[in-house]
Amino acid sequence: MGKRSEIKLLGTDASPYVNRVQFVLNLKSIEYEYIEENLACKSELLLKSNPVYKKVPVLLHANKPPLPESLIIIEYLDEIYPDIHPILPSNPLDRADNRFWASYIDNKFFPLFEELRQTPGKEGKEVIKKQIIEGSELLEEAFVKFSNGKAYFGGDDVGYLDVVLGCFIGWTKFFEKHIELKVIDELRTPKLLEWTNRIWSHEAFKNTIPGNETLLDFYMMLQIHKPPRAA
Amino acid sequence: MADEVKLYGFPGSPYVSRVTTALNLKGIKYEFVAEDLSNKSADLLKYNPVHKKVPVLVHNGKPISESLVIVEYIDDAWKGVPILPQDTYEKAQARFWAKFIDDKCTPAIFKAITNHGEEQAVAEAQEQLQFLENELNVKGKKFFGGDNINLVDIAATFIAYWLGAAEEALGIKVLSKDKFPKITEWCGNYINCQVVKDDLVPREAIVAFFRKRFGNA
Repeated sequence: MGKRSEIKLLGTDASPYVNRVQFVLNLKSIEYEYIEENLACKSELLLKSNPVYKKVPVLLHANKPPLPESLIIIEYLDEIYPDIHPILPSNPLDRADNRFWASYIDNKFFPLFEELRQTPGKEGKEVIKKQIIEGSELLEEAFVKFSNGKAYFGGDDVGYLDVVLGCFIGWTKFFEKHIELKVIDELRTPKLLEWTNRIWSHEAFKNTIPGNETLLDFYMMLQIHKPPRAA
Repeated sequence: MADEVKLYGFPGSPYVSRVTTALNLKGIKYEFVAEDLSNKSADLLKYNPVHKKVPVLVHNGKPISESLVIVEYIDDAWKGVPILPQDTYEKAQARFWAKFIDDKCTPAIFKAITNHGEEQAVAEAQEQLQFLENELNVKGKKFFGGDNINLVDIAATFIAYWLGAAEEALGIKVLSKDKFPKITEWCGNYINCQVVKDDLVPREAIVAFFRKRFGNA
């Protein structure tokens, strides 16, 4: 006899946006039912649950209508389970600072990687790679400011930005291996490099971060279904 | 010690308008620092080194950037008229629609504007606007926030005032009354709110801006 899960999560293993939500569920020790989606062939449930974007993740909580968008889901979970491992700080200015950097990561930094994949030609790719490197250096500065000498963006323990950025470290390893792009390295972003090692071994993250094979499958799927632009 | 609140912006910006509306809702006194975007001040570059853009709110010397981040900050930091719903799920829904307006709706509208009302671009913009039309239909009230404006209304300020001006400037139609009766009505209601109206620049100025920037030579 199983307990019916109050929380269901529609997702796909390789998606860093889905991983983020999983980290938060893990940190708050919330049990949930995970439903894997095939993004090349989206289910009726997904299309009905997220008609605006048709994307994962989507959170289904009890009998409430579905909730998409990873950052919105994270704040929602933080508000309905405030006492277990708070994710966002309580001070308004700290919250604004955290949200600003999440917006930078999602609107400026992460899109660069898809842009890199889609851009044809070596020269075009070099331009994007340079922007990625600049972005990673900005994030190094942000880490130094937020961590203030401690282990995580959140201080002594993981917080919002650790979740928002930490979901990507499987991909940074992937890019280093497959396209010779070192997003995080010991010379330019030493603090972030140390931080990624902590994230890799953190209880709430380590079994969720997808491995190379999962990411390779996903990357190949993207190459087929959303091929790079013609030169 | 009194709060010191400064807002860096330029008066014709819809993103700045979001912030002035939020400040007005809470009755916050602030100093407006007008920026010339072709010659940005040292202060702006210091307060927003990542994006170098307006609006930037500086509260007792601490800067906050990104219009929706600023609006949430204003709601967090000051009591008074609430900008976000109190209910957790409704709050999440409000954030969703505000994000949708920025991520999908406004870019699609902008594409229709920059493509001078090209059929496909207009169709795509209207597809996105339909989600907002449906949302207003389902709510059945004056505003996205119900009887009073909330985060979503504030996020949609571009649609309320700037879109009409762009349409007039370029002789195009995206937000037609027959396709979008609810949004059309909402536009009139929204810009009539005192907290919005007080800081809107004359419509002719915005029409002139769009004509100059995107009009045919």
